[in-house]
Amino acid sequence: MTTVGISLRKHYLNHDYSFRSWLTTIDHKRIAWLYLVSITAFFFFGGAAATLIRLELATPAADVVETETYNRLFSLHGIAMVWFFLVPSIPATLGNFLIPLMIGARDVAFPRLNLLSWYLYVIGGSFTLAMAITGGVDTGWTFYTPFSSLFANGQVVLAVVGVIIVGFSSILTGLNFIVTVHKMRAPGLHWTRLPLFVWANYATAIIMVLATPVLAITLLLIALERIFGIGIFDPKVGGDPVLFQHLFWFYSHPAVYIMILPGMGVVSEIITCFARKHIFGYDGMAFALLAIALIGFLVWGHHLFVAGESIYAGVIFSLLSFMVAVPSGIKVFNWAATLYKGSVSFETPMLYALGFVGLFTIGGLTGITVAATAVDVHLHDTYFVIAHFHYIMVGGMVMAYFGGLHFWWPKMTGRMYPDVWGRIAAITIFIGFNLTFFPQFVLGYLGMPRRYHTYPDEFQLLNVLSSAGAPVLALGYLLPLFYLLYSLRWGPVAGPNPWEAKGLEWQTPSPPPEHNFDHLPVVTEEPYAYGLPKRDSDAARG
Amino acid sequence: MAGTNALSDTPLLPEASTLAERVDTLFFTLTGLDALMVLVLSGLIIGFAVYYRRGARVNRTTNVPETKTEIIWSLGLLTIFLDIFVWAAHLYVEEASPPKNALEIHAIGKQWMWKFQHRNGQREINELHVPLGVPVKVVLATQDVIHSFFVPAFRSKQDLVPGRYRTVWFTPSRIGRYHLFCAEYCGLDHSRMRGQVIVMEPAEYEAWLAGESGAESLPAQGEKLFSSLGCIICHGAGSKVAAPSLTGIFGKPVPLTGGQTVVADETYIRDSILTPEKQVVAGYEPIMPSFRGRVDESDLTKLIAYIKSLSREDARP
Repeated sequence: MTTVGISLRKHYLNHDYSFRSWLTTIDHKRIAWLYLVSITAFFFFGGAAATLIRLELATPAADVVETETYNRLFSLHGIAMVWFFLVPSIPATLGNFLIPLMIGARDVAFPRLNLLSWYLYVIGGSFTLAMAITGGVDTGWTFYTPFSSLFANGQVVLAVVGVIIVGFSSILTGLNFIVTVHKMRAPGLHWTRLPLFVWANYATAIIMVLATPVLAITLLLIALERIFGIGIFDPKVGGDPVLFQHLFWFYSHPAVYIMILPGMGVVSEIITCFARKHIFGYDGMAFALLAIALIGFLVWGHHLFVAGESIYAGVIFSLLSFMVAVPSGIKVFNWAATLYKGSVSFETPMLYALGFVGLFTIGGLTGITVAATAVDVHLHDTYFVIAHFHYIMVGGMVMAYFGGLHFWWPKMTGRMYPDVWGRIAAITIFIGFNLTFFPQFVLGYLGMPRRYHTYPDEFQLLNVLSSAGAPVLALGYLLPLFYLLYSLRWGPVAGPNPWEAKGLEWQTPSPPPEHNFDHLPVVTEEPYAYGLPKRDSDAARG
Repeated sequence: MAGTNALSDTPLLPEASTLAERVDTLFFTLTGLDALMVLVLSGLIIGFAVYYRRGARVNRTTNVPETKTEIIWSLGLLTIFLDIFVWAAHLYVEEASPPKNALEIHAIGKQWMWKFQHRNGQREINELHVPLGVPVKVVLATQDVIHSFFVPAFRSKQDLVPGRYRTVWFTPSRIGRYHLFCAEYCGLDHSRMRGQVIVMEPAEYEAWLAGESGAESLPAQGEKLFSSLGCIICHGAGSKVAAPSLTGIFGKPVPLTGGQTVVADETYIRDSILTPEKQVVAGYEPIMPSFRGRVDESDLTKLIAYIKSLSREDARP
């Protein structure tokens, strides 16, 4: 009986089964599960909106939904996916679960704050659901003024309040991570020995803490403008609508890095494990994460090349955008170099990680294309931009999230899933994703603007291709829902370290005991010490 | 309108302005580099992954100097990036600087249509006629929310921002009809805020312009408004009220109360009409009333055209 081995031992999942114990837990591992369930709900919610959008766009005319509905669908898709799935995705689930385990701590620094941040997420999410049920908004997720402040007639106030609240949830998570990483590392775990997953979440936490307050302020101003007409963004009383875009992107561009850095951390863990090799250029990898997080604060103006900022500002923001691409480039090269002379195997997490590298590369390179001012003038607000950021956020972050989920699933649940099904899902997602989004690059170059409910006939062929990819992608996302749930009951027992991975989280049983470690670990070696094959012991990194 | 329906019988995305070809050269160079990069990287990744697969009997001894390698490829990337940056920025700055002699056309965007006014007063809706081979500068204003003037065949785009004038310019290089899209989401019928740009031979354009008679030129219409709104009472020649003369001010620096100086451009004149207390000319009392609500976007266009004409013909009052 495979179940006996797990159920005999007390661990964080079976010490108390009551509903109440879950809702009042301050165990970071259980909070990770609370998040996992909540963000999965929003993922399928946002995904359903996307499915309807792709269905509608299969023909040039409006036939599936009314224009009003279409505008509300893409707004809902953006709001749900950005703030209720992508931003919390890896940090709040895998980050919450793993950071204390990876640094050899019993919990995060502020366990109650951690629970509070989940409750804030739920309250923010409730506002968003209430907004959707009472009619939604048609502002897009970007809430551009003066449309959102003076013209839109949807539930704009409910929507921005929901986002402001969920913003506080990510501020608290970020704060918790920063203090945890600074203060709670196990003896011997120097900064230069931190796993890159921890570095990535640390860099992300800095952005969350510094940028998110600006989002709250900006959206609050929208609410005040709608309710009291204070006129910050209304030119009729001396306000400036473009100011909103500056403030919004001052948060939202760094937020793009919130939505990719943790993915980079996950992929570094997976690639080293399945290549049985230390990460190529550890220092450079950690430095690049911080560099992206910091330079990322200085590039927001590249969203405004044609929006009314001065051309000189445009030129400077373009230069800074090229600068932020350099550390991203280093990372991609280093992942490739990590495989060199490795001993590579291709289990499910590795397929996701390799898929991530490919798709992130395409997303990053097309980011260079839109950072080039004169080209962006043409491509701005077209499907080229849509394709570009979906390659980063879906091709990158969602692939990494699934990769991480498959990599640490045995640690979180103590069970293995059927690897064959895992690989089938990974490949299905990869194919479905490219089929859906690659045609959108071409559409964008040809001039199809984003947020178009109807479009000229000549764009139909490419739209049909894109829409045909959507069900394949959806199938790929649904598969794990089944086999991962199946594994909870019928999966073989995983044991503490099924991948023979390095890292402290693998030194404790799966699922981990309530307090993570029976004896707190002491770290004596470099990260990713995968002990190279015999002949190259002399080449181990110094 | 007959015969030139290029929307159906041209390539999907023609190069119809002098700029289009140059933007395309940059775009396809970048796309070529992207493709090369993707091929090289995926080649390396797949190559390494397969060659060094677990169980393969290969030599795994490695002695790569990691930091040195990283520095080399960072500098390589940086060099390529800077080249692209300079190339693109050069084109971008040029794109933002219309030539002095450009033909000026006024555009007003509103939910969800485009209105154009030519210099002689000719108006059109959702269609914009322009002459081949002549630099055209479109002055953009919006009556409500942000819109964006986007002509893919020209590779031109510029947002229309409430409370400001923005300009976009291009030199059409190919006869035909091309899409005009609103590219910035502007509410319900955003996707239906489309029009056509019709590029004609200059002679044909002149004929078209003269075609619909009865229209007065923009400055002439502006002059009428200048009288009927009562502007002339204070700003006219020989007025007894202390108001600055408007002759020759367009494009010139104006000293303000408080010591700053502004250039009297379209946005300044617009602000002076709508929010006169915002920037008061040095030496004058802030006595001018606001005309907000009494003039709409197209009236503003006419008044500005008139004030501009005062700069050109110094003989006028």
